[in-house]
Amino acid sequence: MAMVIENRIWDAAETLSRQNLERLQLDRLRECVARVAHVPFYQEAFAKTGVTPGNIKSLDDLRRLPFTTKADLRDHYPLGFLAVPREKVARYHGSSGTTGKPTFVAYTQNDLGLWADLCARFLVAGGLRPEHTVHIAFGYGLFTGGFGLHYGVERVGAAILPAASGNTPRQIMLLEDMQSDVLVCTPSYALNIAEVAREQGVDPTSLSLKFAHFGGEPWTEDMRIQIERELGLFAFNNYGLSEVIGPGVSGECAARAGMHIQEDHFIVECIDPDTLEPVGPYEYGELVFTAITKEAMPIIRYRTRDIAALDVCPCECGRTTVRMSRVKGRTDDMLIIRGANVFPSQIEEALLRVEGAAPHYLIEIDRPEALDEVTVKVEVISEIFSDRMSEMQALRDRIDREIQAVTGIRVKVDLVASQSLERSVGKAKRVMDRRKLGDG
Amino acid sequence: MKLTQLSLFLENKPAHLRKPCSVLAQAGINILTLSLADTQQFGILRLIVRDWEKAKKALEEAGCVVKTTEVVAVEVDDKPGGLDELLGHIEKASLNIEYMYAFTFGREDKAIMIFRFEDPDVAVAALQTQGVNVVGSVELYDRSQR
Repeated sequence: MAMVIENRIWDAAETLSRQNLERLQLDRLRECVARVAHVPFYQEAFAKTGVTPGNIKSLDDLRRLPFTTKADLRDHYPLGFLAVPREKVARYHGSSGTTGKPTFVAYTQNDLGLWADLCARFLVAGGLRPEHTVHIAFGYGLFTGGFGLHYGVERVGAAILPAASGNTPRQIMLLEDMQSDVLVCTPSYALNIAEVAREQGVDPTSLSLKFAHFGGEPWTEDMRIQIERELGLFAFNNYGLSEVIGPGVSGECAARAGMHIQEDHFIVECIDPDTLEPVGPYEYGELVFTAITKEAMPIIRYRTRDIAALDVCPCECGRTTVRMSRVKGRTDDMLIIRGANVFPSQIEEALLRVEGAAPHYLIEIDRPEALDEVTVKVEVISEIFSDRMSEMQALRDRIDREIQAVTGIRVKVDLVASQSLERSVGKAKRVMDRRKLGDG
Repeated sequence: MKLTQLSLFLENKPAHLRKPCSVLAQAGINILTLSLADTQQFGILRLIVRDWEKAKKALEEAGCVVKTTEVVAVEVDDKPGGLDELLGHIEKASLNIEYMYAFTFGREDKAIMIFRFEDPDVAVAALQTQGVNVVGSVELYDRSQR
């Protein structure tokens, strides 16, 4: 795989020998275990298995530590996993969960500095230089995407145009007028920008964009080719999740042959989600991360539910870190809609708030052009049927509002005839995802 | 003095209107009048039939969601200004019309309109006070036979 741009490495830690890297990981793991020892969840788990920082002798001892799941975080809502006093916290972020409440994560000032560095690493690996202007079209809010990339770009010393998300025509005007070199957003939003630009009579390849850094949702090589052709740039993939730190867990280098995991800060495992046993290199499994250097909320063996494979061969870029493949799926039913995490159970929860709306529904997801579209079909049973059109429209609007309130995303609500949705024996089929993301 | 109307939910798709009509045809039920309210995505079919219980049962057995609503049938002069005069009475009685539609048959110089009011009992009383001829079901079905 040829390098598409000049190879530059931000931090010497990315090229540590495997031996030194693993020694560093072990030291940091011990420190991490000591830091979380008073977090009730870990205290209890460590007591059961007799784990102490002192008896972590090798990285293999990681397997004696408990897994942490999204459900564990939810059970200790909002801040039961906090490992420092609240006055040490500098920032909170959050991601959506299976219920209407977010999962909160916390950062100390040091954590924010680390996060900026980790984002700087993949940004530089993917072509960012101090003289560039970066257009960030991620939401700035509880979502980690906007702020994480923002601080990474700042750390590199490039200029930021914090356009935030939404209002695509305005984004195109900013891109044209400000001549940004780098685009940061979700890959599907990049395609939307190209499409809207063409509608406005702007040739998207005429924009001055040279590079793009995409994350926040799964995408494919086909999409990369399409985006690069339509916008005339080089696109790089990065990966992260708020529970681990946000963006910056891994990212592509100039070789674009997998995303380098920042192993001096995150120990990765790839497991069989059923047996919980490790799978071999190059085999697909569920990624599990231990954030060994975070202060506010270090997390032990976090089960991401993301399915990917690890490549342990040395990379031509000189980094010694393991690379992960694209995420090819999930072990749970979480959906990523326009970069936002949505669980079918959230939509059900919203429907339950509208009396009579819940029993028979179907969530359909399409990507007709660039952006995901969600249609929630709800069967009209006699409890919710009215001979008045105004009431039927009010019903549809109410379902629409409730879904938006719980999930944060806009969907199209279709009222359909009773018994028109397919009934299956046992567990009803609630989701039909027609997006094509199959090639991993 | 009120009529029982059947209403059905329909998706705005080919063949969706025909299904309830076929069910009624097979049950030997004649539709006296109907109205269809539609949006881009769905519609509401409202029907007046003579034996509404039999029709409701047949439609429900065929999987339709059927709702019954009490509506008011009102006679109106079948000449210019006839409906305007009737609406004047309705306005005077401070009644809000939810929706309305017409019958396909009349009598000599009279037509019949169907009105959906918030409270049909209040509406019937108010209209009769103003001398409006509210047509009951027996009379209506009788007229439909001629």
